[in-house]
Amino acid sequence: MRNGWLGVLALLAFAGGTWAQQRPLVVGVSWANFQEERWRRDEAAIKEQLARMGAQYVSTDAQSSAEKQLNDVDSLISRGVNALIILAWDKDAILPAVQKARAAGIPVVAYDRLIADPYAFYISFDNVEVGRQQARAVYQVRPRGNYVFILGAPTDPNADLLHQGQLEILQPAIDRGEIRVVGKQYTEGWRPEVAQRNMEQILAANRNQVDAVVASNDGTAGGVIAALASVGLAGRVPVSGQDGDWPALNRVARGLQTVSVWKDARELGRRAAEIAVLLARGTRPDQILGAQRFRVPGDPRGTVVNAVLLRPIPITRDNLHIVLEAGWITKEALCQGVSGPQAPAVCR
Amino acid sequence: MNAMYPSDKAGKSPRVDMGTYSQNAFLLVVLGLLWLIFHLMTLGQPGQFLSPQNLWNLSVQTAVVAILVGGMVLVIVARQIDLSVGSLLGFTGMAMALLQAVPPIGQGWPWPLALLVGLLLGAGAGLLQGYLIAYLGAPSFIVTMAGLLVFRNAAYLIAEGRTVGPLQDGFLILGGGLQGSIGPFWSAVVTLLALAYTLWALWRGRWLRQRHGLSVRPFWVDLLITLFLGLVFGSFLWVMNSFPHPVTGLGRGIPVPVLIALGVLVLLHWVSQRTRFGRYVYAIGGNPEAALLAGIPVRRVQVLVFGLMGSLAALAGAVQAARLAFVPTGMGTLLELYVIAAAVVGGTSLAGGSGTILGAALGALIMSSLQNGLVLMGVPTEWQNLILGVVLVVAAVWNARFHRRRI
Repeated sequence: MRNGWLGVLALLAFAGGTWAQQRPLVVGVSWANFQEERWRRDEAAIKEQLARMGAQYVSTDAQSSAEKQLNDVDSLISRGVNALIILAWDKDAILPAVQKARAAGIPVVAYDRLIADPYAFYISFDNVEVGRQQARAVYQVRPRGNYVFILGAPTDPNADLLHQGQLEILQPAIDRGEIRVVGKQYTEGWRPEVAQRNMEQILAANRNQVDAVVASNDGTAGGVIAALASVGLAGRVPVSGQDGDWPALNRVARGLQTVSVWKDARELGRRAAEIAVLLARGTRPDQILGAQRFRVPGDPRGTVVNAVLLRPIPITRDNLHIVLEAGWITKEALCQGVSGPQAPAVCR
Repeated sequence: MNAMYPSDKAGKSPRVDMGTYSQNAFLLVVLGLLWLIFHLMTLGQPGQFLSPQNLWNLSVQTAVVAILVGGMVLVIVARQIDLSVGSLLGFTGMAMALLQAVPPIGQGWPWPLALLVGLLLGAGAGLLQGYLIAYLGAPSFIVTMAGLLVFRNAAYLIAEGRTVGPLQDGFLILGGGLQGSIGPFWSAVVTLLALAYTLWALWRGRWLRQRHGLSVRPFWVDLLITLFLGLVFGSFLWVMNSFPHPVTGLGRGIPVPVLIALGVLVLLHWVSQRTRFGRYVYAIGGNPEAALLAGIPVRRVQVLVFGLMGSLAALAGAVQAARLAFVPTGMGTLLELYVIAAAVVGGTSLAGGSGTILGAALGALIMSSLQNGLVLMGVPTEWQNLILGVVLVVAAVWNARFHRRRI
């Protein structure tokens, strides 16, 4: 009898699935601020994947406004989308929109930025892993000495996730006294100018006795390297970063930056589109490939969400070919000003 | 208001205003105290506040705001405001970076040409805003707030959201990096010439006033000022030449961005005090109706003030870009607030009509000393900003009381 019921259910699901495939699924994407080129790459990947799966793409842009994003999601719901991908501008202000989507039975994918609601399926790169990879790359070059942490924006929860990962790698060496932390500053708004000034001050406070810098992204790494260059230390002190910014990859090729942890936005876009379509077709969140339970950090209610956390790739001078082969950067931009016997293999 | 009897502020040259003297003296005392406190607080660590390296850093860190603040004083004195400077700095900096960076990111033009185009862009944008304000009557707060949005996003668009770099080596000299200072010899030449000229002007002024039977300061005061100036110029030179270059081991000398900032400030000081244009600006700020009735081309002056501000934003953009050696899309975000804050701390009244370049320069130095010292001590970001905010409020309240007393 139970088997029979299951059979009927499966048949219904199958019928529902084929019915949905006859009328193409529509996936609505609510962007937070589309002005950064970053999201354009994501959008292209999402569109491509949706087209491949026979779904349609509609989008809105909240233009950095939490209020506008609520209206955006409302209008997407009333346009009858079958799934929502939301890049939340404000992770808390977006909650009412998620509850509306839930009431309407529309699955929600929280894109790159966590939404603290168990109904929203979270997909992002593993920021703690980014932090680990940053620290690991620097630690391999300089396993002891005076370390500096240049962290992200104090208002960005990702900044703390990154730092958590960095400390996971370095804390044992810090406890053993092999690594001394001589400076640690957050960088307001992730602004490179601020990182540069902070680094100059840390160098002055320590009479330039700095052996390694763990910087949290490529912008701040650029500021740090400008400060190091001004006292003749650029290239001699390992510096980490993330994002795969073109100038940063060029610095890696020139030996000024140790690592840029790269998160392939196209993979994120592809997977998000795929998950949105699968959820709309009725796949259970925990059956998504690679799904795990993710406890929202710093959430007093202890919210746990379903999540897919993609693995970033640390790009160093030894594997620069990856970004080149992925078409992320051109060879001219990567190898500009790189020559001589010390040039990495890809630039020769 | 009557054209023949313009209001008190409009007709009075800021130069003979004893109020600004005592105000600037007060700012100097505040700055001195601040430096002393920071030095004492950093005694326990390897590098102290009053070390050549830190003071050299401080000078470079102040340069960008110092280049902008003089222009902002003139804008505010003329009863206007410019909220677009940070965005315009980002936009022109991005334009200069794009023009000089090697293809496929940029055009690969020679950097002087890129710099020139950037400066023209800045001046053009400033003049346009000035035209909208002066001739079409739109309030400057709104026009420049629109400018803030337009230029910030234009920077995103022209760069397609990318960080642009690396920049050409010649251009980086503007930023004061490894190659960006003029060396001990030329620093000595520049400083001593500047000191000689300042002292000559001081004593010649005294002599001229005496010859025409005008009152002069007591002899000992001028002597004290002479000694003080000698001390300031001397220690400036000593600091600049004591921070060694890591490769040559010689002193670095004055960084190019600091030289640019000092040049701009001296020029604007002269413009504001000695030229017809400068007096017009103060006259307009003191009483716009009276200025108009007195035959001052109010609108043209206003347009020029904004044009000047735009050019300075571009110049500061070049310095900021060269300092970083690459240009991020958000370069200069919130900078307008720091510039306005520096002007206010330096005694510029947002009501218009009063404020000096020298005071604003001191204001800029005080604000950046605060930031510099707090980071040197390792104070967390939240506290830094909180303290800056408190200082700003104290300065605003103090200014308000100060101005009320004078009227």
